[in-house]
Amino acid sequence: MSSSKSVDMQQMRDIDITKKKVRWGEWMIESSLALCATISVVTTAVIIFILAKESMGFFQVVVPADFFFGTSWVPLLEPSSYGVLPLLWGTLLITFGAALFAIPTGLASAIYLSEYASPRTRSIVKPVLEVLAGIPTVVYGYFALTFVTPLLRMLMPELQVFNALSGAIVVGIMILPTIATLSDNALRAVPDSLRQGAYALGATSYEVTTRVVVPAGLSGVMASFLLAISRAIGETMAVTLAAGATPNLSFTFLESIQTMTAYIVQVSMGDTPAGGIAYQTLFAVAAFLFVITLILNIVSQWILSKFREEYE
Amino acid sequence: MMTNQNCAQNLELVSGQLFTDEVILDIDDVTISYSGNPAVKSVSFPIAKNKITSIIGPSGCGKSTLLRSINRMNDFVEGVTVQGQLSYCGHDVYSSEIDPVEVRRNIGMVFQKPNPFPKTIYKNISWGPVINGYKGSTDELVEKSLRQAALWEEVKDRLHESALSLSGGQQQRLCIARALAMEPDILLMDEPCSALDPISTSHIEDLLFELKARYTIVIVTHNMQQAARISDYTAFLEMGDLIEFGVTDQLFTRPSQRRTEEYVTGRFG
Ligand SMILES: Nc1ncnc2c1ncn2[C@@H]1O[C@H](COP(=O)(O)OP(=O)(O)OP(=O)(O)O)[C@@H](O)[C@H]1O
Ligand SMILES: [Mg+2]
Repeated sequence: MSSSKSVDMQQMRDIDITKKKVRWGEWMIESSLALCATISVVTTAVIIFILAKESMGFFQVVVPADFFFGTSWVPLLEPSSYGVLPLLWGTLLITFGAALFAIPTGLASAIYLSEYASPRTRSIVKPVLEVLAGIPTVVYGYFALTFVTPLLRMLMPELQVFNALSGAIVVGIMILPTIATLSDNALRAVPDSLRQGAYALGATSYEVTTRVVVPAGLSGVMASFLLAISRAIGETMAVTLAAGATPNLSFTFLESIQTMTAYIVQVSMGDTPAGGIAYQTLFAVAAFLFVITLILNIVSQWILSKFREEYE
Repeated sequence: MMTNQNCAQNLELVSGQLFTDEVILDIDDVTISYSGNPAVKSVSFPIAKNKITSIIGPSGCGKSTLLRSINRMNDFVEGVTVQGQLSYCGHDVYSSEIDPVEVRRNIGMVFQKPNPFPKTIYKNISWGPVINGYKGSTDELVEKSLRQAALWEEVKDRLHESALSLSGGQQQRLCIARALAMEPDILLMDEPCSALDPISTSHIEDLLFELKARYTIVIVTHNMQQAARISDYTAFLEMGDLIEFGVTDQLFTRPSQRRTEEYVTGRFG
C-alpha cells in the first residue's frame, strides 16, 4: 500500500469522536433480525401450547395408560381403542430399517469420498449426493411403490403391496446422502497432521482411516447419524406411499404398517370434525412424536458432548 | 521385513576428511520435484549411524522436502517425483520391491508442530506398536518410551488423560516418545523445537544427545546454535542445492564455501 494513500485517509477521517451518530441502517437490520428470532420462538411456543391443550382434552377421555401401553389402534371406528404402540412400532420399524441400511452405506461412502476418492471423483459425486438430498420425498414414495416393491416381490412373493421393508429401504436411500455428505465433511475436517503422524508410524491407509480419522471425526459422524435418524422418524409421504396405513404391531417387515406421521396425514386429509375425540388423537400422537424427537435431540446433544474428540 | 544388518561401511571423503562412520543412509544424487519443478537438486551426502546430522538452510531451500523423501512421506503429496538413490542399508527406499509402510516403520518422524492423536497419553504411545503387531507388554513399552523422551515423571500419574491436555513442549516430547516406541533405526525431525520455549527446547536437545546412543537422528533446524550444539554433521542447502556438507565444527568455524560462511555468520541476504 502506498504511503500517500494512507495520508489521504487520515485527512479524510472525521476525528471528532465525541459526535455520536445514530446509524439507522444498522438499527433497522438489528431490529428486523430480532423480529425474525421472536417469530420463531413465538411460533414454537404456540405449537407447544396447542399440542398440550388438545392432548389434555384427549387424555380426559382416554386413560394415559391405555394410550401409551395399548396394543390396538382403532381410533375412527366403533368399538374404538387408542393404544399408540402399533404406530410407535411402525415408526421404529421404518427408522431402524432405514438406519440399518443407511448408516453403514453412508459412512462407507463418506470414508471413500474423504480418504480415497480423487479430487475429481469427489467433485462429481458430492454434488450428485446433494441433489439426491433435495428430491421431494413423495418422489421416493412412488419410487418405492413402482420400483422397489415390484423388485422385492419378485424375490419374495409373500410380500404385501404395501410393506415396511420397501418403506425402510426408500427412507434409507433418502437419508443416505445426509449421512454421506455430513460425515464426509466431518472426516475432512480432521487435520491432515494426524494422518501424517499415523502414516509416519508405519500405519496402512486402512489403519489410518479406521483408527485415527474416523475416531477423531466421530462427533460429526454421530451428528450426521442422529440428524438422519430424526429425518427418518419424521418422514411421512414416502412411508405412507410405500408402507400403507395399517397400524400393525407384528414383528415383520413384510406387511403394511402405519407410522405416527402417516396416521396424522391420513386423519388430516379425511373429514374428521374438529373438536371430537378422533380429531384430538392427532394432537396426542403429534405431542408424543414431539416428545420423542425432543428426547432424541437431548440425548444426541449429550452423546456429542461425550464423544467430542477435540483435535486442535 | 527390512533388516538393519549389513549396512555398508562406506568410506567417503567429506570436506577433505575421511568419513569413517558407518553409513546407515546414503543420499546419492537425489532430485525431488513438485510437478516437474525441482525443489531439491542432485543432492548427495551420507547419514552416519548413531550420529546427529542437521540440515540447515534458508526457508524454502528444500529441507523438509528432502527429509520427507527419506521415509517416503512425500508419497502423500500430489505430483512429487524423486530421482536418484536413497539407500537405506543397501536398499533403495524408492525401489519397486520396497513397501513404503515398512520404510516408515524403520524410519520414524517427528513433525514441526506437535501432532498427538486425540487419544490418551498411553494410547498415543502404544498405537504404533500395536497396529504393527507388537505382542509384548504395552505398559512397559509406554513407560520405557516416555522415559526415553524425558516425559515419564511429568505424566506417569495421568497416562489415561487426553494427550491434548499436555503443554506444547510436553506434546512434542510425547510425539518423540511415540516415534521411539516403534524403535526406529532413524529418527527424522523437522524443526521439532520451532514451536517450543527455550526450556522445552533445551530439554529436547539434551534428549537428542542421549538418544544418539541408540538411534540415528536427522534434524532440520533454523536455529544455527542448535545445529552447532547438537549435531555431528551438518548439511547446508540453498535453493535446492547442497552447498556444503561436513563435520559440524568445521562447517561452522572453517566453512569451505563462502556462501556457507555468510549464512552461518548471519550475513545472509
Ligand atoms: N506440496 C508442495 N507442492 C508444490 N511445491 C512445494 C510443496 N511443498 C514445498 N514446495 C516447494 O518446494 C520448495 C522447498 O520447500 P520445503 O518445504 O522443502 O522448504 P524448507 O526448506 O523446508 O522451508 P522452511 O524452512 O520454510 O520449512 C519450496 O519452493 C516450496 O514452495
Ligand atoms: Mg520446512
